[in-house]
Amino acid sequence: MPRTTATRAPARPLLLSVATRKGAWLFHGDAKRKAWSVDGPHFLGHTISQVRLDPRDGRTLLAAAKTGHLGPTIFRSTNFGRTWKEAVRPPAFAQPAPGGLPPRAVDHTFWLTPGHDSEPGTWYAGTSPQGLFRSDDGGATWSPFASVNDDPQFREWMGTVQDGTPDGPKLHSIIVDPRDARHLYFGMSGGGVHESTDGGAHWRTLVEGMQVVGGFDPSTVTFHDPHVVRLCPSNPDRLYQQNHCGIYRLDRPGTTWQRIGLKMPRRVGDIGFPLVLHPRDDGVAWVFPMDGTDVWPRTSPQGRPAAYVTRNGGRTWQRLDTGFPAEQAWWTVKRQAMTGDTLDPVGLYLGTTSGELWTSRDEGAKWSCLARHLPEIYAVDVAERR
Amino acid sequence: MKVLIPSALQSYTRRSKVEASGATLGEVLADLDRRHPGLRFRVVDEQERLRPHMRVFVDGRAVHDLDHALDPAQDLAIVMALSGG
Repeated sequence: MPRTTATRAPARPLLLSVATRKGAWLFHGDAKRKAWSVDGPHFLGHTISQVRLDPRDGRTLLAAAKTGHLGPTIFRSTNFGRTWKEAVRPPAFAQPAPGGLPPRAVDHTFWLTPGHDSEPGTWYAGTSPQGLFRSDDGGATWSPFASVNDDPQFREWMGTVQDGTPDGPKLHSIIVDPRDARHLYFGMSGGGVHESTDGGAHWRTLVEGMQVVGGFDPSTVTFHDPHVVRLCPSNPDRLYQQNHCGIYRLDRPGTTWQRIGLKMPRRVGDIGFPLVLHPRDDGVAWVFPMDGTDVWPRTSPQGRPAAYVTRNGGRTWQRLDTGFPAEQAWWTVKRQAMTGDTLDPVGLYLGTTSGELWTSRDEGAKWSCLARHLPEIYAVDVAERR
Repeated sequence: MKVLIPSALQSYTRRSKVEASGATLGEVLADLDRRHPGLRFRVVDEQERLRPHMRVFVDGRAVHDLDHALDPAQDLAIVMALSGG
C-alpha cells in the first residue's frame, strides 16, 4: 500500500516521556521539535517502566511504577505531571482456587496501551510475570483477563520466572486494531504472539513462520520470543515484529510471518529490541540492531550505533548513523526505548541504557543528543499534547 | 498500636509514626490501608504474602505471618531491606 495521502492537521506541541530505572522525565517540545524543556525528575528513585500520554485527549498521563521494595502500582496525571494520583486497584492477579494453578503476584507493570478511540478511559496493561489487564476508568481500577492469566495453556507457554528475560518474563505489545475495538494482539517474552477478535474472551496463536533458537522446536509456543510487535497505523492489516530471532512482517489475513531481516547486512544481523513504524507509509520501519552473537552482548554491533530503515516492507535496508558516535559506543536500546511521532517528516526518539536521549527530526537521516546522564532508560514515548 | 512507617511509605501517611488497630498483623495492615488507602498493596501482594525486601518487626522481633497475633501495647515497625544500587 502506498503512503496515505491524507494531510496532517497543524502540529501541536509534543510531550516526550522518558521512563527510567530511577524515575521519569518529561520533555516538552515545540511543534517544530527545535526547542525542548525538561521537567523532572518525577518519582525519583522509583522504577518507572513506562509513561504514556493518552493520544485520545492529549492530557492524561499514566505511569507504571514500582521500587526495589514497594509493590507495583499505576499513577495518573491530568495536568502533565504537576500532580499524580495513584490507582485505587492496580493490576493484580486473581487468587487461584484451591488446587488450581500456582499463585502469582505482579512484579511490575511493563506495558501500557491506550484503548480504542471509541472507548475513552479504556487502557490495557501488560505485566511481569506475564499478565494482561484492562481498565475502563482511566487507570483507576484494573481487571485481569482470566482468559490469559489463569488459562492452563497460556500458563504453560508463559513458563516460570526462570524462563524469562533478565528483568522477568513480560507481556507486551498490546495492540488494539484501530478499525475494531474487539480485535486485539499481544506478545509475550517468552510465549509467542496472540490474537483475539472478541475483546479478549478467546485467543488464537500467531507464531507460524517465526524462528526459535537453534535446536528447539518452533511448534512449541513457549520458545517464541517476540521482542516487540507493531501494527501499521496506515494499514492495520500489516504487522511488523522484532524478534529474538530476527525481523518479521505479517500481512493479514495471512498467518505466516515472513523473516524480512535476512536482508540486513550480515555483519550487523537482524537481532534487536525496538521497532518503529511510519504513521502514513506501511512500507517504512526502523529498527536498532543489537549484537546477538555468542553470549548475546545486546550492544550496538562493533560498538557503532545505528538505526536501520526499510522503505519497501523489508526488501532492502539502509543504515542511519549520522550524528551518532562513530566507534566505541556500546549502546543498548530496550524495546520500549525507541519511538516516532506523527509529524512530516517523522521524528524519531531513542534512549539508551546508559542514559542518553537522542532525536532525529528527519526520519533518522541526522541524529542529535537531547539529554545525557539520565538513569538507565526503559521507555521513550511521544505524543501531541493539547 | 503504634506503627513505624519507613520513608518510602510516608507518601501515604505523611508521618513516620501512625496509629492502627487489629488483633493480627493482617488486620493491622488492613486498618492502615483504610486510614491510608493504597499502602497495603505496596507491602503485601495479591496472594497475601509480604513482598520481598519488606520486613515487619513486633517489639524488635521479625514477623512473617499475616496471622501473627498482636497486642495493642506492642510496637510494630515496617522496614525495607535496602539492597542493590
